[in-house]
Amino acid sequence: MTVTLIIWAVVVLVAIGLYLSWTAGRLDRLHTRIDAARAALDAQLLRRASVTQELATSGVLDPAASIVLYEAAHAARQSPEDHREVAESELSAALRAVFGESAQVEAVREIPGGQEAASELAAAVRRVPMARRFHNDAVRAARALRRHRTVRWFRLAGHAPFPLAFEMDDEPPVALADRPGS
Amino acid sequence: MKIGIVCPYSWDVPGGVQFHIRDLAEHLIRLGHEVSVLAPADDETPLPPYVVSAGRAVPVPYNGSVARLNFGFLSAARVRRWLHEGTFDVIHIHEPTSPSLGLLTCWAAQGPIVATFHTSNPRSRAMIAAYAILQAALEKISARIAVSEYARRTLVEHLGGDAVVIPNGVDVDFFARAEPRPEWQGGTIGFIGRIDEPRKGLPVLMRALPAILAARPETRLLVAGRGDEEEAVASLPKEMRARVEFLGMVSDEDKARLLRSVDLYVAPNTGGESFGIILVEAMSAGAPVLASDLDAFAQVLDQGAAGELFANENADALAEAAIRLLGDPERRGELRERGSAHVRRFDWSTVGADILAVYETVTDGAASVAADERTGLRARFGLARE
Repeated sequence: MTVTLIIWAVVVLVAIGLYLSWTAGRLDRLHTRIDAARAALDAQLLRRASVTQELATSGVLDPAASIVLYEAAHAARQSPEDHREVAESELSAALRAVFGESAQVEAVREIPGGQEAASELAAAVRRVPMARRFHNDAVRAARALRRHRTVRWFRLAGHAPFPLAFEMDDEPPVALADRPGS
Repeated sequence: MKIGIVCPYSWDVPGGVQFHIRDLAEHLIRLGHEVSVLAPADDETPLPPYVVSAGRAVPVPYNGSVARLNFGFLSAARVRRWLHEGTFDVIHIHEPTSPSLGLLTCWAAQGPIVATFHTSNPRSRAMIAAYAILQAALEKISARIAVSEYARRTLVEHLGGDAVVIPNGVDVDFFARAEPRPEWQGGTIGFIGRIDEPRKGLPVLMRALPAILAARPETRLLVAGRGDEEEAVASLPKEMRARVEFLGMVSDEDKARLLRSVDLYVAPNTGGESFGIILVEAMSAGAPVLASDLDAFAQVLDQGAAGELFANENADALAEAAIRLLGDPERRGELRERGSAHVRRFDWSTVGADILAVYETVTDGAASVAADERTGLRARFGLARE
């Protein structure tokens, strides 16, 4: 009688243990995914700022536009972590202000080397929203799992910080990204 | 880049997803990437060199119809072997929520996984029940792609999270360069699609036809697609049946030539469309398009700027618009011009670059794809005792 009871208790404990271990594995994988997505987002943001800064110092644009872009790109690259979202959003706004007209993009394309610079910038403004969406999608999945009772009660997340979405205005300039949706 | 693509549906059965994967794989190979496609296929089916068979798909009743799916121990083993031998930098799974190869791969792989959601089916009951299992597998996807804004909305509603929109690709020049056929020209309306599938909308067009023929008696309707031809014209008065010509199944070349020849392409689909590749093909060939105002169609047609829309399932509205367009060569010319310019964004050069950008975003700094080695039982017990 007691033997059967003990066997059952062990079976239940093992089952619970397996479930917890499986959930912890899921959570671990999600945290890895967030890290990779965040690294990719950082790389894309940095790339966008670098291309912008390059264009601003190349003398292709008029001095006023050059200063606006240089300032915004510089601020985005130097900004402390807690100000990053605002600085990157401001860079998006500056890019939209300068490259709102297709005439400006055409002017850049016409000068020697301008074709490459324009396509590089177009690629960069296209990839930032992509990388950000992938990052925030991973964050959402991790948060959903971390809010789960099992994860909270058994502290399966350990000391990993609660993941935060990266919120910014990443609308690309119309003249540079002539695509539906994004 | 070494890319592995997973096709959930049988390679030997023609279908939108299969064609999309074939074109994508060939586009990527032309760009110099190494591509391997894992797809269900009969052993006898001749396969292109880049396709690896995952065995035969089994017909099973699923979600209200009979679907051909791959599952079970053997399929899972083949998926694992493919992943192991492929050593891919990234894998691209199509339709990961259908209980077939896509889901199996999601379950068996780790590393950068991209997934494309093609259909926008409302969530099935099975999926609600299997949500926990599905969620654990879908969590591994690092980047989701939806083929239209409409598909993205359904995805967000049903599974949460977000996706980027990358439309399906079309080889625009293939259609733009096709030779028109004189016997298909002169007051012709084109329709391409399954005749016996009511959602493709041929019945709506048949209801509109008497009014169109009354206003413009010289009009001919050219129908390309499989199905019972007699049944299709049964609703028409006898004397009008001769104005409908059935071409049966047509080759890709003939499809392009048909679209180049017609004066008007009509897409009366009543639902179940998440993208509308045929509209893009028609616009590529320079055919003026008149389509039902489904969400997906409206988006492909730039909310009516690149082609005209009529109220879904409304045969009178269809007839009125068709008569107006057939009698107005100037407006048709305008639509041709706008369509040809609009359609460039769906060309493989653009779509392929976007998909590669997604691959590069997820592989940046990530390890390559590997089979997901599950933790051994002993390790689990070790953890369980803590």
